[in-house]
Parts: sequence; structure tokens; C-alpha cells
Amino acid sequence: MKKKGGAKIKKGEISAEEEFYVASQWQLMWRKFKKHKLAIDACIVLVILYLIAIFAGFFAPYDMLKRTLYRDCPPQRIHFFDEEGRFHLLPFVYKMERELDPVTWRPSFTEDKTKKYPIYFLIHGSKYKLWKLFETDIHLFGTKESEGPFLFGTDKMGRDLFSRTVYASRISLSIGLVGVAISFVLGSILGGISGYYGGAADMIIQRVIEIFISMPQIPLWMALASAVPPHWPVIKTYFAITVILSFLGWTGLARVVRGKLISLREEDFIMAAKIAGTTDGRIIVRHLLPSFLSYLMVNLTLSIPWMILGETALSFLGLGIRPPAVSWGTLLKDAQQVSVIALYPWLLIPGIFVIITVLSFNFLGDGLRDAADPYK
Amino acid sequence: MWAYTIRRLIYMVVVIWVISILAFIIIELPPGDYLTSYIAQLQSQGGAINEAQIAALKKQYGLGLPAYLRYFKWMQNMFRGNFGRSFKWNEPVLDLLAERLPLTVLISLFTMIFTYTAAIPIGIYSALRQYSIQDYVFTTVGFIGLAVPNFLLALLLMFFFFRYLGWSPGGLFSSQYQIAPWNFAKFADLLKHLPIPIIVIGTGATAGLIRVMRGCLLDELRKQYVITARAKGLKERTLLFKYPVRMALNPMISTIGWILPAIVSGETITAIVLNLPTTGVLLYGALMTQDTYLAGGVILFLTALTVIGTFISDILLVWIDPRIQYERSR
Repeated sequence: MKKKGGAKIKKGEISAEEEFYVASQWQLMWRKFKKHKLAIDACIVLVILYLIAIFAGFFAPYDMLKRTLYRDCPPQRIHFFDEEGRFHLLPFVYKMERELDPVTWRPSFTEDKTKKYPIYFLIHGSKYKLWKLFETDIHLFGTKESEGPFLFGTDKMGRDLFSRTVYASRISLSIGLVGVAISFVLGSILGGISGYYGGAADMIIQRVIEIFISMPQIPLWMALASAVPPHWPVIKTYFAITVILSFLGWTGLARVVRGKLISLREEDFIMAAKIAGTTDGRIIVRHLLPSFLSYLMVNLTLSIPWMILGETALSFLGLGIRPPAVSWGTLLKDAQQVSVIALYPWLLIPGIFVIITVLSFNFLGDGLRDAADPYK
Repeated sequence: MWAYTIRRLIYMVVVIWVISILAFIIIELPPGDYLTSYIAQLQSQGGAINEAQIAALKKQYGLGLPAYLRYFKWMQNMFRGNFGRSFKWNEPVLDLLAERLPLTVLISLFTMIFTYTAAIPIGIYSALRQYSIQDYVFTTVGFIGLAVPNFLLALLLMFFFFRYLGWSPGGLFSSQYQIAPWNFAKFADLLKHLPIPIIVIGTGATAGLIRVMRGCLLDELRKQYVITARAKGLKERTLLFKYPVRMALNPMISTIGWILPAIVSGETITAIVLNLPTTGVLLYGALMTQDTYLAGGVILFLTALTVIGTFISDILLVWIDPRIQYERSR
């Protein structure tokens, strides 16, 4: 403190090089991370996605189970210019007319250009409870006189696919975080024991990890998930699936923890702490953990997308989250047959969200990995 | 060398034993037991079943005994070649597996070959032309390949083939060959159907491997010996393939440990979507109908084969390059 007051160094007087030596580890990491443009973009995308998931009721114009009269309706086009080319400040959709093909009996939709429905923002729509606490009826957008707009079309029961995708993101996005949290606990405890104590414990844990790694994941996930009783409530199924996903997912983390601990164990500062009579617990929490926390963060970030993909695959097969609960995987389940996709290709839209999320997490993880070692 | 092989062999046996316990747990997990389902099935078919038959079945599967004894009973039956019956198919599990497992092995093998033959040249090319347009294209495709789940890729491919070529790329055989005995025409038909599943299954792994290869080669290229060799006037081509590429291939070899499980895993879900007559569909059906012995059998065989495959590749690699052994043991 004294030094700071006495020296009176103004910011401009420190050269870039000096600043590098003065900065803390976390400051350096942040600086390096900021340079990774793709990772920053990915971060922004993820924040938006998670905000949508948190405020699902607000962003979705409909409840996820609300059935409308428009079955298998393709995504509606949003117009700013009407027939005569006039510009409207409020975007609008045309009324959709459903017609049956007289030969094939296939429904098709055409726009009725005489009827316009403007899209209003922040309108009062159906009631919903935000986080099961606050009852409200404000939605980000919607139409007043008619049903719609169906941004992503509707499914075979006339449910708005956009609303369902928004609601589905709650499960799909959170399962990665919860799963990683469980893997984190398992991985750091087992990896910690393995790396810090070594010896027989290390041997056994390493062999167990090798066995887990050598097994194909999806068949095992499928087998374990199929043992979840179908009559369980949604929340219980959700946790069961998460536990199954992390049951095989902790191994990578345990390896990182072990590897880092082994290299740190030999460092002088640990020896000094031991000689000073510090307890094992305190050494782990105070000295070891901060040293490899950044690596842990990288590993955690990169394992979230695997969890999301795992859940999507299981739900897609009908072994994961079960209807009426929705996740991106259960939505994709509707699009299992070629015949269905050929007629209603918009049912694949939830898949785009899976890809965007996984890509973003991968980019973010890459950026973090570069930043994790700021002295390189 | 022999010591390593034997150590590895013992280890493999232990792993397969652990897997057998896991498979047994999977058989035991669903509520109710095999016998109840079997009796229900027999009765639904109109067949009467008497006490003596039930008692005989009970004895055969060791029902009513504690779990660990049932496990030993199950193992004992297995060594005699009896893996239990599938009551959905009404066939011994072993017959079903014998029919489908070879196709799974075939697809996995081809996919693995495809993965490495695609990933290594692309990885080398990307590293040599770092930050070129082609490099960015490959990197982007690689990232997307990692992010698109197998089944979604399968769906997309099916959609595009159906929409624009009017052809639905499912299955492994054309309809006229489905039940035909093996001959050359059938084999040719199989080869024609293979590319789509292979691409679907292999894309993710290929994308991962391209990144490994590119990264390793870039690390090698920055090393001083490369500069020395260049300064000495070694031809660029000779230099590249003689030293840095060979060095960069080493870490690639150790990826087999996770590539094979990933391929088998991807094969399972792709088979379900593309309706391939392999173990994936078998497992899925068995899990859906609680056909427990079949499910356990498929899991056991799939995982055991994966472990054996990894073992064989490990041994082969050590024979080829003895240095690996020391790297592994460290």
C-alpha cells in the first residue's frame, strides 16, 4: 500500500512491457482472451442463447404445448413491404390459407395477401409463470387478431416450433452445465486423489479411467438410459439422464487434474508449504487449486458440448427426455423419417441450434485454452 | 516386447471381465425378470407352460439365486456358447449377433480407414499452407464436422438425396439382395451402399484428427532441426516427409485409443437412423422392448470387440515402432 502511494506512477508512464510484469495472472489471461475474436463472438452468442432459455416464456409467443389450428404450417415469411411496395414500420405476416391437394391429400399453405397481421412487440398474450414465481403475460412479440407468427413453422399438432425450440433450450442448455458440474465433482475428487497421493490409489483410478475411455459411449448411454422408468416425473428423468451422461464424462477431467497435480507436486512452493506444516487440505485448496483452475475451466468448457450432444442423441432416440417435456433432441425425434423431412424440412431447425451451441462452446473453449497459459 | 504384449493381454482380459459385469448389470436393471417376460410371451402365443418347464428355465438362468450367483451362472452359460434367448426374435442371442456383428465390424473398419486416409493428407496440407484460404476452409469444415451430431448429418444427407436425387439412401443392401445368400453381386451392392454410412460415421472423427495432425505438424515445423535442414539445402519435399511428418504421425497413432470407441459409438446411432442391418438397430430394438439378454449380449460384444480392436492396433504399432511402448509405459 505504501509503495503505491509513494511512487505515484501514472498509467501512461508504465510501458507495455512493465505492465505485463505487473499484471496478475487473471489480468493476463483476460487480455489474451480478448484478442481471440472468435471466442468473444462465441461468448456473446452463448449469452444470448442462455438469456433466451432463462426467459423462455417471454421470448416464446406461445406455450410449448399450445395447439393452434395450423398443422404442419411452414415457417411464415415476415414482410416489411406490402403488395404496393409501401414500407411498414411494424413487420407483418399474411394470413395463411390451408388447402388440401385434391389428389394427394397433402395440406399446403398459401399466403392470403388481402389480410395482414402486424407483429406487435411486448404485447399481452397467454399467461405464463416466469420461473414458477411471477405470473405475467408479456411476450416479446406476437400478433393480435390471428394466430402466429410461426417463425419456424408448426408441427403435426399445430404447435409453434419457434416457441417449442425456445422452451426446449431450457433443458438442452442446462443439461450441459449440470452434467459438467457432476463430472467436475467426480473428476476433481478422483483425479485429485490419483495425482496427489499416487501409489495404489493412482493405479486403480487410472485403470478405471482407461476402461471407461475404451468403451463406446452411445451404446452404454442407451442401455443405462433405457433403464430409467418411463413413469418417472420429468425432473427425475432429467437428473437421471444427467447422471448417466456424466457417469462416463468425468474421466477426461480426472486426467487433467491428475496430470497437473503430478507436475505441481514436485514444485518448490508445495515443498515449502509442507515443511511449514500446512495440512493437505489447505495445500490443495489454497495452493494447488488456483494453479490449475484455468486448465480446469478449459476442460469443463470443452466437455459441455459433449453433454449437449449426448442428451440430444438420447432424446432423439426416445431414450432421454420424454414428451411432454421438450429438448432439442425430442423435437428432432419428429423428423426421424425421410418421408417426414422431405415434406416438412423445417422440423430440422432445432438441429441448427444444437450445432450453433456446440460450435460456440468449442470456440469459447479454444479461446480459453489459449488464454489459460498466458506466459506462453 | 513379449512382456509388453502379455501385460497388455492380461489387462485386456481384465477389462473384458469388468465389461461383462457391466453388461450383467444392464441385463438386471429393468424391473421384472427375464423369466416373467418369457412366460408371458409363451402364454400370449397360446402355448401352455407347466411347472416343470418353469423350474427347468429357472435352473438354467439361475433365477431365485442371489445376484452374484446369477452372474456366475450367466458367465458359465456364456462359456458354453449360450448367451440366452431373445424373446422378441425368438432366436438365440448368439445367432442374431453372428448375423449382424460382421457388418458392424466391416463398417467400423472401413470407417477407420476412411478417417485416417482423409485426415492425414488434409492435416498435412492445412499445416503447410497455414492461414491460406484452403486452410480456413478445412478448419471451418472440421469445426462444423465436430459440432454436427451423427444422426443429424444422416438426416440431412437423407433429405438432400431424397429431395434432389430422388433416392433414399437407407440400408446396406438393395431389396433384392436383402435375404439373398452371399455372392459377388451382393457384395458389390453392399459396397455401393457403404459410402454414406461411412461418411456419416467418420466425419466427426476425421474432423478431430485433422486438428490433431495439423497442430502436431505445425509444432514440428517450428523446431530448429527443420531450419537447420533447410539451411543445409535439403529438398523441401524430402525434408518434410522424412522428418516432421513422421514425427507428427506419432501422436496420431495414439489417437486409435479413442477413435475406435467413437466410431463404434457413432455406428450405433447412425445405423438406427439409416436403418442399417447392424448391431445398432438390434440394440435399440432390444432396449425398447426390454429384451434384456439380447441388449446385454450386444453391449458385451460391442465393447469387447472395441477393446480387442484397440489391443490389436496397440500391439501392431509396438511391433512397427518399439518406441511407442516406452511412451505408453511412462
